[in-house]
Amino acid sequence: MDDTAVVIAFWVMAVLTLVSALMVAMVHDLIHAVLFLILSFVGVAGLYVTLSADFVAVVQVLIYAGAISVLMLFSILLTPRSARDNAAVSYAAPIASLAILVGIVLSYAAVETNWAKNTNEFGSTAREIGNALLDPYVLPFEVASILLVVAMVGAIILVRPAEEAARADGDQA
Amino acid sequence: MTALLLPFLNWYDFDPFRDLYNWLDKQVDPWLVYLISGIIGCTGILTFVGLGALINVWLERRIIGRMQVRRGPNRVGPWGLVQPVADAIKLIQKEVLQPDLADSRLFNLPPILVFIPAMLSFAVFAWAPDMVLANLDVGVLYLLALSSITALAIFIAGWSSNNKYALLGAMRVIAMMISYEVPMVMALLAPVLLVGTMNVSGLVAWQADNGPLAIFVPLSLIVYILSATAELNRTPADIAEAESEIVAGYHTEYSGMKFGLFYAVELVNSLAVSAIMASLFFGGWALFGIDDFIPAWLIFILKIYVFYFGLIWLRGTLPRFRIDQLMGLAWKMLLPLSLINVAVIAVEVLIWEEGDFGSWILAPFALINIALALGLLMLFFRLITAKLYRLPRRVILVRDIQVPNLPAPQAAVALQPPAATP
Repeated sequence: MDDTAVVIAFWVMAVLTLVSALMVAMVHDLIHAVLFLILSFVGVAGLYVTLSADFVAVVQVLIYAGAISVLMLFSILLTPRSARDNAAVSYAAPIASLAILVGIVLSYAAVETNWAKNTNEFGSTAREIGNALLDPYVLPFEVASILLVVAMVGAIILVRPAEEAARADGDQA
Repeated sequence: MTALLLPFLNWYDFDPFRDLYNWLDKQVDPWLVYLISGIIGCTGILTFVGLGALINVWLERRIIGRMQVRRGPNRVGPWGLVQPVADAIKLIQKEVLQPDLADSRLFNLPPILVFIPAMLSFAVFAWAPDMVLANLDVGVLYLLALSSITALAIFIAGWSSNNKYALLGAMRVIAMMISYEVPMVMALLAPVLLVGTMNVSGLVAWQADNGPLAIFVPLSLIVYILSATAELNRTPADIAEAESEIVAGYHTEYSGMKFGLFYAVELVNSLAVSAIMASLFFGGWALFGIDDFIPAWLIFILKIYVFYFGLIWLRGTLPRFRIDQLMGLAWKMLLPLSLINVAVIAVEVLIWEEGDFGSWILAPFALINIALALGLLMLFFRLITAKLYRLPRRVILVRDIQVPNLPAPQAAVALQPPAATP
């Protein structure tokens, strides 16, 4: 019974993810595209739930559907001319064929790989992920956070009005 | 006689469904028992939330009425108790309008979408020691993730209305959400660090043993209360629907029951925030051992309504923030406060773990944290704020548009009789 429910949930989530991902490229209104992208993120989170990865699923909703998509919406709102138009690019055919090619390669790899079956019971994944991030993978983790800080400082310098920057520099001199 | 009295002697252990589940367990497959218990739990929670929304309308209007020295609704039924029902009937009868140029595919979505996270958040609360609908290991993160979806629904409402005021409200919601998400996550990180679990029922069980977390992490409680009221869009922070500035913000164009859903979801969300406060900081169903004599869920509901009263009090007392004040509060006050808090708690947890102390060490930690909270609050809200907020400051979101200089107004000109036309 459990297996049946998981299979049904998987197919529902997979169809939701793929259809909404396709719609992101098809719809004309850019805001609609971002909203479909959010739906796709939520579908991926559902797929994580069927894999017993509850921490990753919740973080997927929190970071992707909650924060990153909001960032996209905000940037669309600040560029009103582009908000109504998601169409008419001259690269549509090459990009579509590239996407189909990548899809074929990925599905071939997924089907051909001899996946190891995990028979262990899944416990709480949050603690495991935390230990892994701060013990064996601490260097990549810190490098990623430094990268984010650098990006943030760069963004602040870029948007600072010229007169304020001049005043701050004058204070330091 | 004793046998007859027995159900009443331990009435606090009232759980009519336990026998049902035990009986079912012998009759049918485990998954069917799981399904039935899930359906019963969902029905119970949805009933609580639906009834809560109705009762909260009455409570809110009556209590705010009293706070503003007026009577509040008192005509429909005894003490105006049936007023919410009358309101709902009125809202259902009203014509549902939709602007001609509204994005019709998106316009009908938000009133439904906004209700889903509000309902879902009630699934993870521990109503009693063994009364949790979804015992998630990542309960705290789940609650945070849901609150971000609410803001998304509100944004869709503002965008699809095709109305300047609605769009302004939506932009304010997004800006506010980006700002307040950060201190909120940081504030909830501290109790999670101290207890070592993100499971809501685990947090409550820890508090039943060691006392409420509010005395161990007072700073996170304060940061959480301030950022939660901002995320709720209630009056001290309701810049998204500020009726004296932008008509009604994101729900300007919604009428009838669609507006009613927005109104109800605000009350349900306040109930959810009160429940989070009660279970994460004030011990949930645990109340100094009294939970052995009263049903634990009754204590939890009582605590929820105590904090809900606090939210109503806040709404009835404080005027609205300006938008720059609200943004400044998040970035200049709450974020540094919560970062300091997390660092201090992390050091304390490290001392506790590495030093092999017993749980007695929590008492000095609590004293240190309370002293630190008082000191930091004094520092931030007295010394720094006083200088920062004396004059209105402008938030620079977009580069200024240069307006050509207008001629200086001349008061005398208007009073002179018009010159004779040549």
